[in-house]
Amino acid sequence: MTPFRVSLIATVASLLLILVVFELIRSRRLRERYALLWLLTGCVLLVLSAWRGGLNTIAGWVGVSTYPPAVLFAIGTLFILLVLLHYSTVISKLADQNVILAQRLALLEERLRSRDRVRES
Amino acid sequence: MAERRIAIVPARNESGAIGGVVAEIRAFDPDLDVVVIDDGSTDATGDIAGAAGATVIRLPFNLGIGGAVQTGFKYALEHGYSLAVRLDGDGQHDPAELPKLIEPVLKGQADIVVGSRFAGSGAYRPPLARRVGIGLFARIVSLLVRQRVTDTTSGFQALNDRGIRLFAHDYPHDYPEVEATVMVVRHRLRLLEVPVRMREREHGRSSITAVRSLYYMVKVLLALVVGMFRRTSPGGSS
Repeated sequence: MTPFRVSLIATVASLLLILVVFELIRSRRLRERYALLWLLTGCVLLVLSAWRGGLNTIAGWVGVSTYPPAVLFAIGTLFILLVLLHYSTVISKLADQNVILAQRLALLEERLRSRDRVRES
Repeated sequence: MAERRIAIVPARNESGAIGGVVAEIRAFDPDLDVVVIDDGSTDATGDIAGAAGATVIRLPFNLGIGGAVQTGFKYALEHGYSLAVRLDGDGQHDPAELPKLIEPVLKGQADIVVGSRFAGSGAYRPPLARRVGIGLFARIVSLLVRQRVTDTTSGFQALNDRGIRLFAHDYPHDYPEVEATVMVVRHRLRLLEVPVRMREREHGRSSITAVRSLYYMVKVLLALVVGMFRRTSPGGSS
């Protein structure tokens, strides 16, 4: 069984994470779209931290018999990986859009310049 | 000649060569419009190209060769050009060789013609490391497209309107020619290689250094492998 103190601290930490994410959304520093994965992470960690029996059962499933909080750690790591991967896709998309914008801008500037040139002559 | 032709020249910090390149192209064929894509140069590349008679498109920051060249294809598409040639801004592509590239396109023998340094007469021998890389890609690409390709890194090309449309909509990044070759064939465009001679670089150094070339090789290999599992994108050619 997870030691009570570990459970308590993990619960507080998970609550803190959810609160911080909530505040970031409220103050419009984080878009809902990118907050969802974080909230999901916080909720899963919160449930598994507070519900010691549940964590114990899952630990049994995956064959961790000595120290159930290790499963908490593993799940936390998994979610961090998910968030990072998600960010990589976001960055890739932004980079693509950035290229398209730069190309459009350059093409439009050229069009504008050539129009000005025609007008001058 | 009813059809409009354009020469697309990507250039970054080529103030030493670009004036001569533009002048040479214009001297070769006055009907050939020249558009220089200034890929975020910090020198006077754009101004010199403009003074030499080229239309200059200035990218607000450096996009890399793929993004720059694609800008040229977008320009060609928007302005209704039906034939485009592509030359590098450093002067290594000799406009005198252009007829070899243009003719098969005009005759309708191919949608895209690539000037190869290795097919036939070219006596070009790059440094060992690059030769290995180029040879490896040639081998892989030949397998993928089921057609013998000898030079997958050549930026000396001529395209018809189908090729222009495809590349305007979708063009690979950074080191684009290898992937582009595969893309072309996958979109069922006809690819033809013709032997050309290329010159030594007049100014500056190749943008591909030793460490980078390894990174590019791995990256392009990844792109090729993944690309095999990608369905051909809509909107390219039809």
